[in-house]
Amino acid sequence: MRYARPETATEAVGLLANEAGVTRVLAGGTDVLVQLRAGSVTPDLIVDIKRIAGLRAITPEAGGFRIGAAVSGAELGEHAALCALWPGVVEGCNLIGSTQVQGRATMAGNLCNGSPAADAVPGLVAAEATARIEGPTGPRECAVADIPTGPGKTAVQRDEIVTSIFLPARPARSGDAYLRFIPRTEMDIAVASAAVNLTLATDGTIAAARVVLGAVAPTVVLVTEAATALIGNRPDAATLATLQAACSAACNPIDDKRGTAEFRTQVAGVLAKRATLIAYARAGGSL
Amino acid sequence: MAFDTEPKRDFKVVGRRVARPDGIDKVTGRALYGADMSAPGMLMGAILRSPHAHAEIVSIDVTAAVALDGVKAVVTGADFADAMDAATADVRDNCLARGKVLYDGHAVAAVAAASGAIARAALDLIKVEYRVLPSVTDVDLAMRADAPVVQAGRAVEVVPVGLSENVTDHCEFGHGDPEAGFAAADLVIDRSFTTAATHQGYIEPHACLASMGPDGKADLWCTTQGQWAVRTACSAILGMRASQLRVTASEIGGGFGGKTTVFIEPVALALSRKAGRPVKIVMSRTEVFRATGPTVASSIDVKIGMTKEGRITAGTATLRYTGGAFPCGTVAMGAQAAFAAYDLAAVRTFGWNALTNRPKEAAYRAPGAPQAIYAVESVVDELCQKLALDPLEVRLLNAAREGTRSSYGPTFEAIGLEATLEAAKAHPHYAAPLAAGQGRGLSCGFWFNFGGNTSVSLTINTDGTVGITEGNPDIGGSRAAISQMAAEELGIPYEQVRTVIADTSSLGHNDVTDGSRVTFAVGLAVIKAARDAIAKMCARVARIWGIDPEAVEWVDGAARPTGPNAGTFPPMTLAEIAALSFKTGGPIAGHHESNADGAGVSFGVHLVDVEVDRETGATKVLRYTVFQDAGKAVQPDYVEGQMQGGAVQGIGWALNEEYIHDAEGHLLNPGFLDYRVPVASDLPPIEAVILEIPNPGHPYGVRGVGETPIVPPLAAIANAVSRAAGVRLTALPMSPPRVLKALTAQG
Repeated sequence: MRYARPETATEAVGLLANEAGVTRVLAGGTDVLVQLRAGSVTPDLIVDIKRIAGLRAITPEAGGFRIGAAVSGAELGEHAALCALWPGVVEGCNLIGSTQVQGRATMAGNLCNGSPAADAVPGLVAAEATARIEGPTGPRECAVADIPTGPGKTAVQRDEIVTSIFLPARPARSGDAYLRFIPRTEMDIAVASAAVNLTLATDGTIAAARVVLGAVAPTVVLVTEAATALIGNRPDAATLATLQAACSAACNPIDDKRGTAEFRTQVAGVLAKRATLIAYARAGGSL
Repeated sequence: MAFDTEPKRDFKVVGRRVARPDGIDKVTGRALYGADMSAPGMLMGAILRSPHAHAEIVSIDVTAAVALDGVKAVVTGADFADAMDAATADVRDNCLARGKVLYDGHAVAAVAAASGAIARAALDLIKVEYRVLPSVTDVDLAMRADAPVVQAGRAVEVVPVGLSENVTDHCEFGHGDPEAGFAAADLVIDRSFTTAATHQGYIEPHACLASMGPDGKADLWCTTQGQWAVRTACSAILGMRASQLRVTASEIGGGFGGKTTVFIEPVALALSRKAGRPVKIVMSRTEVFRATGPTVASSIDVKIGMTKEGRITAGTATLRYTGGAFPCGTVAMGAQAAFAAYDLAAVRTFGWNALTNRPKEAAYRAPGAPQAIYAVESVVDELCQKLALDPLEVRLLNAAREGTRSSYGPTFEAIGLEATLEAAKAHPHYAAPLAAGQGRGLSCGFWFNFGGNTSVSLTINTDGTVGITEGNPDIGGSRAAISQMAAEELGIPYEQVRTVIADTSSLGHNDVTDGSRVTFAVGLAVIKAARDAIAKMCARVARIWGIDPEAVEWVDGAARPTGPNAGTFPPMTLAEIAALSFKTGGPIAGHHESNADGAGVSFGVHLVDVEVDRETGATKVLRYTVFQDAGKAVQPDYVEGQMQGGAVQGIGWALNEEYIHDAEGHLLNPGFLDYRVPVASDLPPIEAVILEIPNPGHPYGVRGVGETPIVPPLAAIANAVSRAAGVRLTALPMSPPRVLKALTAQG
């Protein structure tokens, strides 16, 4: 097993492209090290991307923020302007692992791990975030929503690395929120999760909405029927009941040791309902 | 030396919250745990484990592993001795399988190599041919006549014929006529319950270092609750004489009963014997879950009758436990403990144990009692609900007291149950208002407690300090408590006393740290050893003063003349006597060896408030209060710690912890991610209320406190959740999917 620490994205991509064996890209390492320890993978080459210029930076861009792929959850949580703009995205990322893990874990790593239960991903998809991906032919942009393709699988090729994630500017009267269900209060993996991103009209009705569920299908699920239920309405009981039903209908979960399909289906709708109320309040709405 | 024959004393050291002697070492990392020992030339051991829950071992080919560069020894079950008693043979076959593998993770072979990486690589080169057999992990299925047989011919004589060969044990306890009792009841409730296997969850994995010389003399350092038990088991399994094996216990990172047996120690010794080098083995967390002892899983039926005034007219219980792939007698303790809190005219319990393809059970705090009492206390609570009776008043009305014929036979001496219930009733918690969606649960708990074999030595150092050598690893604060009792008896400050834990060559036999025995039995032995030393010091002083030894008494840490003919001499302190000891006959030491009776049973009452999220099935524990009779709390911080720790482990057991197996018997959650012990943020502050009803069997009235606190939480939480949810939960753990399903079914 070899370890490389390139200083440019081009160098990193070159290392990956030239390696015939098993490779792993290391950012925070909070998934890669677990895989190594469990013996589920024995890479021939580990490429640590933390030394690549810009990958540890949060940079304002076009009213939003570009977040380097090696920025940790703790750094996100300490960035006041980012937290003010996208509180739901940051709270999702900050739920990963423990305080110690937060010092290492990254959003990009959480995305590239390909887990359907990834806590950072529903919020990013709800936010219409994009990822910049460096490959042999240079950089490309890709919607975060298009990156997960199945459990453990992503659209990032083996000779590519995600270098940053871009969270766009957003209109006034916007808010987002993320909730997950775990049997404990922390140190766990989502059994079901929901992210909601809302923009309100001046009259307090919902003008735009994105509702995304996690851990209830092979990839995160964008539930357009749930968004449709919200748009034009306030989150009153009837609207929320429609949203909840739409979310449960969109679930395609599995039974496993973490929860039954029935449980996930039921709880995903509940979480979407509760996240909607938080996002609505953050957008300045009042019922 | 019973409590009531002792002069009344005002304690000076006992009862104080003294500084813990292991505190600095543990917070600075200086303390040496099992994995911290190393030796020159040491090899690393690794163990190959079965991927099947049940299979015949057709062959094991170690040729390629032995040939790997850096490999120094490979062992299998064939490297252990053949002749030993059945219980030790089971321990042996659990350490390395013989003929069959009996559960997923069962050890099959082991390697010692120059590094851990080489040892693990060598494991991949061992070729084991298995013939996979059908498996069973559920206790009720295992008892059916058509179940796969885990081991044949293991049933004890009292097991009736015609049952599955998996049924190994049967027992029955009780008195009176239950049918007549049920006929006299206004309401009879009959319910069935299940509890999942749970693990002790100690933070420190098993670890040991074994070193055997070519002459057969061996040393073993390991994390254990009892170094003599390790020596007994290992010397039998290795075919050694006990004198040839010295076992030293490391500092221990939790045990809770799970470190009262051996798993890797005989394997490390066998590897060291073969390699001629020291061998260290450290289990991974996955190995701890797959191959060390969880508690029993159970299926229990309880039937109780009650009058409309709340008097219990009769109670019966049938308990079906599985202690995994080997015979297990834990059900007898459950069957005895089930109704112990009640004064009953008619009570009967029946216990059954069945073999399953699960890891061999190991003790876990009050083994067998939490499950049985969970089932009984759930039915008592439901009777109270249906008859609109106060659950605390009903328990007071039916409580066992001094003179009660217990449900398992003996008549109780002075016990603290009634006082504990009265304390709960008087506590503000019991009257605090509850909001919608919240519920309050209550349960009594009981444990027998144990005394056992103990040997201690107490030395009077020439500078006036005192050293105590005892043989029980300190898992609950015993070094502090033992030093306190010695200081109390000798009349010197606590800070003058240091207690250390000896290896097996330095003292007589000591039973393992179990049965809540150490503060009681070792404490008792230390008090007697101190009295032995005091008698010797008085004799020395008598010689100096030229008077009879009977004319010298010991008061406040000094010898004084007493009686009409003693004369007048200024008191001689312990330090003064110690300083002169070389001139008055040599070193001074006190000793005591005994097999202690009189441990005194223990009762507790737990009170808990919970809130159930009706949309997700999640339970939040809001408030928790533990009431327990400690006899005399020697170091109250540690007593409270035991009470809080038991409550926390019980909360985990009640709400989330379980061994999850797939249809083929594979363990699906061998790690702390999916085996969910509570984290700190899951827990409310846990208030501990200590009652002190002196144990008649101890000079200071001390009672063991370590096990009782894990008995009531399962029922207390189940009763709280059932009241909050408005539906009776009858299966543990009450995980969110299970609670939500019950709520959804209720509509």
